[in-house]
Amino acid sequence: MSDTHANTPLIELQGVTKVYGRGAAAMQALRGVDLRIDAGEFVAVMGPSGSGKSTCLNILGCLDTPTAGTYRFGGVEVGGLSRNQRAELRRHYLGFVFQGFNLLNRTTALENVELPLLYRGIHLAERHRLAREALTAVGLAEWATHTPGELSGGQQQRVAIARAIVTAPDVLFADEPTGNLDSARSREIMELLTRFNRERGLTIVMVTHEADMAAFASRSVRFVDGRVAADTRSTEAA
Amino acid sequence: MVWNALLLALREIRRNVLRSCLTILGIVIGVAAVIVMVTLGGGDTAQVTAKIASLGTNLLMVRPGQRMGFGQMSTAAQFDLADAEAVEREIRSVLAISPASTAPTTAVFGNRNWSTSVTGIDNRYFGVRNWTLASGREFTDSELRAGSSVCIVGATVRKELFGAQDPLDNKLRLEKLSCTVIGLLQAKGQSTMGSDQDDLVLMPLRAFQRRIAGNQDIGLIQVSVRDGASTEQVKQDIEDLLRTRRHIAPSEDDDFQVLDMKEITQMLAGTTQVLTALLGAVAAVSLLVGGIGIMNIMLVSVTERTREIGIRLAIGALEREVLMQFLVEAVVLASFGGLTGIVLALAASVVLADLMSIPFVFNPGIVVLAFLFSAIVGVVFGFFPARTAARLDPIEALRHE
Ligand SMILES: Nc1ncnc2c1ncn2[C@@H]1O[C@H](COP(=O)(O)OP(=O)(O)O)[C@@H](O)[C@H]1O
Ligand SMILES: [Mg+2]
Repeated sequence: MSDTHANTPLIELQGVTKVYGRGAAAMQALRGVDLRIDAGEFVAVMGPSGSGKSTCLNILGCLDTPTAGTYRFGGVEVGGLSRNQRAELRRHYLGFVFQGFNLLNRTTALENVELPLLYRGIHLAERHRLAREALTAVGLAEWATHTPGELSGGQQQRVAIARAIVTAPDVLFADEPTGNLDSARSREIMELLTRFNRERGLTIVMVTHEADMAAFASRSVRFVDGRVAADTRSTEAA
Repeated sequence: MVWNALLLALREIRRNVLRSCLTILGIVIGVAAVIVMVTLGGGDTAQVTAKIASLGTNLLMVRPGQRMGFGQMSTAAQFDLADAEAVEREIRSVLAISPASTAPTTAVFGNRNWSTSVTGIDNRYFGVRNWTLASGREFTDSELRAGSSVCIVGATVRKELFGAQDPLDNKLRLEKLSCTVIGLLQAKGQSTMGSDQDDLVLMPLRAFQRRIAGNQDIGLIQVSVRDGASTEQVKQDIEDLLRTRRHIAPSEDDDFQVLDMKEITQMLAGTTQVLTALLGAVAAVSLLVGGIGIMNIMLVSVTERTREIGIRLAIGALEREVLMQFLVEAVVLASFGGLTGIVLALAASVVLADLMSIPFVFNPGIVVLAFLFSAIVGVVFGFFPARTAARLDPIEALRHE
């Protein structure tokens, strides 16, 4: 999908709103978001807590659908897709990294990285090869047989990144990937993401509330109160 | 996909060995109960059937008197030879009849004596009862006509009185009557009722009537029915005929009984059927409870693994893939219960069959059926938890802790 026509952006939100709950308890998390992200961008989504960053990221990641407005991914209207179709979309084109790492406990790093390949129906030998490659890329080749419990937070997040990139997705979505890490570990993670963005042309959309981390990105989108308040491209990356 | 789900299921079960064992207990008991029941019941039936076959399947037994309940017979006039001959003559589908009369007696040979029974018969008895001689000969016409003092002994009588000695041409004493042994019956073993069929002495009917009973009575008419003819019909015909001959008014009940082997089998099977129904109920309840146990544990498991499910869904697992994973786990769990139940049941059946001295008849059909049934219990009771897992919202599930 990355080879779509140059005029078609990879990601395009138009007037997207999201309302949680109904009636008096209704909570408007997004109030009309317009956003366009092209292939190869590294976007940091910033903003105060409760401003709708995660909500927006979940919609972009096809984990959720907008209440109103349109979301096109590679020109395809996601709002019209079924739950299973969105799962297929995630499986083939998207990767996720979460604040809480979200690895399967009691399962080795290698098996965690293999998981998305399993759902793609890739055979054992090929799964092993690709997963080892991904673990090597995040610098954890020697930790393949360790379970998450035996790894540090930084290492766990790197396993999660390996799991996200092992399928060579078009976009990597990361929701506060450094939220649980100290600054040295956070820096390592950001360097890793930057490298994947530069070397593999991986599109990254990352939520963070730390300006230090956002500085690694080529573009920064600021959310306030469910709306995009600012959208700036760093001169260095441009 | 199923293969992976299977590996996952095995790993998950291994992680919670104790819990898994407790979960499948209900299924183990249910499956074991069914198999033990059917295996022992099958052994029992095989035994009964074999013994009835040894009697001859087309056999009817006509006896005077009616069963009053619990082994009591009402007294009624005995038959006579004319009744027996009438049955043979007037009912078309009757192949052969054998009139007989029996009395208890003590047989003596040398210094040994043995309590047994003596039955007066003619040679038709051997055909109707499907019985052959091990040695010696049947009665001659002149012996039958004259009521000679000759006899044929069963294997038990022979063993008790003669030991290893050849009984032929020896004289044994029945009460005050001395008679010559001219034949030895083939051994038949225990009857369906558990009595020893070989414990008897046969003599010409006329000799029995004159010298032992002192009357012309016939206590039992055995009737063999032609192949292909309806036993039911013959039974009905005999009843009609005897009612007329015995002048029984339409308002009165029969004062005699016509039993066929099917009825005798059913009488015996009756007790087994009650037991079967009881065990069947136990099995059904166990399987139901077992199924609910599995559903319960699977729901617990889904809750415990909500985060894992969220991760799988976020990564792109389809609903049916998650459904399959949990369904396979439930089925594997239930099947383990089934297998354990099968192994326990077969072991128990071998031991019990031995204790009850009935043959152990391995029934592959019920083993396969029980296994399939346990798997189906897994599918049925695993479906709801699996669907719950598959329908989780990935975002909610990931936030779960
Ligand atoms: N599932 C939900 N149900 C109800 N309200 C929600 C839900 N998810 C988020 N919200 C609300 O929507 C708003 C935006 O949330 P979120 O996107 O998580 O903000 P951020 O990630 O920027 O902190 C918040 O006020 C939050 O309470
Ligand atoms: Mg958030």
